[in-house]
Amino acid sequence: MTENRTAIAPAGASKTPRSQLVQGPGLLLVWLYGVMSVGSVSRSAYQILTEFDRAPLAYSLSAVAAVVYAFITYTLVRGGERARRAALACCAAELAGVLIVGTWTLLEPSLFPDDTVWTTYGMGYVFIPVLLPVTGMLWLRRPRISPPPRPVP
Amino acid sequence: MLDALTIAIGVTAVALAAWCGFAAYRDQPTKDWHFIGMAVVSLLAFAQLAVGVVQLARGEEPHEGTAIFLAYLIGSFAAVPAAGFLSLAERTRWGSATVAAGAIVLAVLEVRLYDIWKG
Repeated sequence: MTENRTAIAPAGASKTPRSQLVQGPGLLLVWLYGVMSVGSVSRSAYQILTEFDRAPLAYSLSAVAAVVYAFITYTLVRGGERARRAALACCAAELAGVLIVGTWTLLEPSLFPDDTVWTTYGMGYVFIPVLLPVTGMLWLRRPRISPPPRPVP
Repeated sequence: MLDALTIAIGVTAVALAAWCGFAAYRDQPTKDWHFIGMAVVSLLAFAQLAVGVVQLARGEEPHEGTAIFLAYLIGSFAAVPAAGFLSLAERTRWGSATVAAGAIVLAVLEVRLYDIWKG
């Protein structure tokens, strides 16, 4: 694992430590993403394995949501500039997904015999799915290549 | 399931969330007393896990299925300790906020557990 990481890291990156994304508010963010990952991965795995035929579209969309959550959690924990950009892009995709699926479930409820993770903008999860990507993008918006400047005494 | 235990965990989890939320509001990290509170809640959740497994072993059927019930039991046992470990590394108000979020997750899981058992 360690060898792999140093191999991927661009030249010069080894001098400075990988920028930490799990710090301060980032910890709360990664915790919520972790909870959403565990919840949605186990839920969609169970639904697809046991009763996929009942609501194929809903369960497939839940599986997509689960993959997105798991990937964002992984990139946040990993840290670094590339991971920050990847997580930022995924947060944008997540927000788009929540909005599209949320609207879709409102317009065509007949297509969804059972709920997805993102039904009605994530109402089943106290609207966390629509709030998380927004806070995530705010947290990830600026690069962290250089450490924050120290205040001059 | 023991209803009294489920309610006790729900109430203590909300109390823990309020307490740690207050610490976050006052810009404080989690302290020894908070960890004692987390230990109490975790102990209750462990008792619930044990009771739940015993009841499954005796052949009782949860309303929404054994697999879901077991998954929620394990999740509710793991939520607060996991958040507690994260707060050990983050000695700021955000550690406290994370534990508060973990306790709220536990309270929600307890409501779901009650439904899953009773239907």
